[in-house]
Amino acid sequence: MKTRPVKSHLSALAIAATLSVSALALSGTAQAGATFDGVKQKGYVQCGVNLGLYGFSAPDDKGKWSGLDVDMCRAVAAAMFGDAEKVKYTPLSAQQRLPALQSGEIDILARNTTRTLTRDTANGLNFGPTNYFDGQGFMVSAKLGLKSAKQLNGATVCVLPGTTTEQNVSDYFRANKMTFKPVVIEKNEELNKAFFAGRCDALTSDASQLAAIRAAEVQNPNDYVILPELISKEPLSPAVRQGDEEWMNLVTWTFYAMVQAEEKGLTSETVDAAMTSPDPDVKRLLGVTAGNGKALGVEENWAFNVIKQVGNYGQSFERNVGAGSKLKMPRGQNALYTEGGMMYAPPMK
Amino acid sequence: MSKQFPADQAPVSAGPIPTGPVPPAHWAASYEEEPTQASAPPQANGMTALKPFGWAKDNLFNTPLNTVLTLACLGLLWLVVPPAANWLLLKASWSGSSEACREAAGACWSVIVVKHRLIFFGTYPYDEQWRPFLACALFVAMLGASGVRAFWRPWLAGAWALTLVGMGVLMWGGVAGLSYVPNDRWGGLPITLMLSVFSIAIAFPLSILLALGRQSSLPAIRTFCVGFIETMRGVPLVSVLFMASVMFPLFLPEGVTVDKLLRALAGMTLFTAAYLAEAVRGGLQAIPKGQYEAADALGLSYWQKTVLIVLPQALRIVIPPIVNQFISAFKDTSLVTIVGLYDLLTAATVATTDPEWRPYFAEVYVFAGLMFWIFCFSMSRYSQWLERLANRYTRR
Repeated sequence: MKTRPVKSHLSALAIAATLSVSALALSGTAQAGATFDGVKQKGYVQCGVNLGLYGFSAPDDKGKWSGLDVDMCRAVAAAMFGDAEKVKYTPLSAQQRLPALQSGEIDILARNTTRTLTRDTANGLNFGPTNYFDGQGFMVSAKLGLKSAKQLNGATVCVLPGTTTEQNVSDYFRANKMTFKPVVIEKNEELNKAFFAGRCDALTSDASQLAAIRAAEVQNPNDYVILPELISKEPLSPAVRQGDEEWMNLVTWTFYAMVQAEEKGLTSETVDAAMTSPDPDVKRLLGVTAGNGKALGVEENWAFNVIKQVGNYGQSFERNVGAGSKLKMPRGQNALYTEGGMMYAPPMK
Repeated sequence: MSKQFPADQAPVSAGPIPTGPVPPAHWAASYEEEPTQASAPPQANGMTALKPFGWAKDNLFNTPLNTVLTLACLGLLWLVVPPAANWLLLKASWSGSSEACREAAGACWSVIVVKHRLIFFGTYPYDEQWRPFLACALFVAMLGASGVRAFWRPWLAGAWALTLVGMGVLMWGGVAGLSYVPNDRWGGLPITLMLSVFSIAIAFPLSILLALGRQSSLPAIRTFCVGFIETMRGVPLVSVLFMASVMFPLFLPEGVTVDKLLRALAGMTLFTAAYLAEAVRGGLQAIPKGQYEAADALGLSYWQKTVLIVLPQALRIVIPPIVNQFISAFKDTSLVTIVGLYDLLTAATVATTDPEWRPYFAEVYVFAGLMFWIFCFSMSRYSQWLERLANRYTRR
């Protein structure tokens, strides 16, 4: 172990951990989690990501990972080490992702994983706050001038047969006392073709999927609109192993810091100037007023590093899946609660 | 070209062959040994060879059925070749943006131009990608050199050792001013090449031992070998890889991890070894009993008998099935995508997830298929040459 001047309680924890990592893991004390200390010791975050899902985690043309999920990992690294680059990525297939977390191969799973009760309870893992609310949505031509899925009464809807997708649509229309005519087509490509050829008024699928289809098939993405209503729940959340509350806390509050930063209008460009802000919330967030960092077991400027190096949640969203990306997804449910979305950070004090 | 042809070629080739009164002796010899089709027709019917459509008339239109079949084939070619050529070459878009591709009627090869680095090298740091390129080039060059008979000398082993060290230095770095690149960032062609070549290279000797063990008179060894081979052959490769990469770490204590690449390599090696062992056993059983008995009569020990008498003959017989297995193993490397390794095909798939280029996935897969074909076809051709070489003393 390096003997650097760290805060006394931290070094005590670290020594305890080195002496008996396994004992701690077994007893599961919340005082010093094995993952937290393990990450600190090896000096990087091992992050499980998707092999390639554009906008969430995929290598770009230069082989560099980027995406909304990737930003989650980078933010945790920035909070822990003050350096968002201290991340190693483990691309995982869908079958592999949960065992990889359980076996300790990765420290955090940020791989567009839907949080469900069964996954949360049966697999020995804990989910952090949802970093993307996905769900089934509708895409329509901009020429129709629709603003809401509630206006779709009597529409023809292109849908894949025999999936929960089809079930969700009919449930939604029935619940809202509307009618629709399904155009059921077996294959994805033909379904898309039928929609863009004008055979139906609306195409339905997961919203992120709709955006990807739109980006791939249409010259000008603004010709088609994804309506803001989502009719099914797919809360995509990062996950960590059970039994390390300290690590769980860091992941959770790192994400909240990004949301809080957006709420307070702090971006990676303005965060330097904000260090002198008189706002007590900003002072606490950026560590000008100490306390948060100590509570989480990291440096006091942890949130500053996250915002400076990764950006606030809105920046990350726009860059990866929103207006600044090829996907051009609307914020919808992923907007701040102040703007009609569901992104809400608890008080950070 | 067409202007040069009569001046350069015609006098040389037309001169001696038809007018030569007596063919030289070695011609006659070669006729007896291998009467090839190319030399037979001029003797049978000298006139038709001069007519422009003579050969076609004799071979393609000689019966009504053949005429119909020929016309049907021509029709099929007419239906397939022009559209394929149009799509592949003539109307294809070779460079530029995805907008240019949307307007082009043919294939969009610009997606390969844009994405080739990602397809070949995956997530390897962009500025350092000359390193995996050089490593692959070195590796392929050594594989090629090892196929040449003149290089089958002791120094080849030394050269291989040097090459492997050089590849390790190039890929990992960390010495000689090269930055360190952990192997979880490797991807694309190097992964495919290394996984296949190393798994084949380790599996081959292992398979010989397994095949010999299966025929052993010692019950313990025989049971073990039979058990191993039958277990491995009884499960699909996907499940072996899955065990190696997903289940295996769960049995290890927390915090202890074996490298992912190594786990996949081990899984592939064991799987390939089991199949190869059965191919080798086929060779062992094809050796006449007299050979074993003769070796025993000479008082050779078991290993002398095996190494000097049995294996050289057995392996020569099973070259085709062994190469079959090699090719199959090479292609099987694309299954490692399910354990999250970035082989060539996975990298190609990831390249198609970019929405801008997603409509052109067919081009990317055609390209990836071409890469696999190049390697598999070379292996196949090499095996044919090897077979001829190995059988040159027994040809009748």
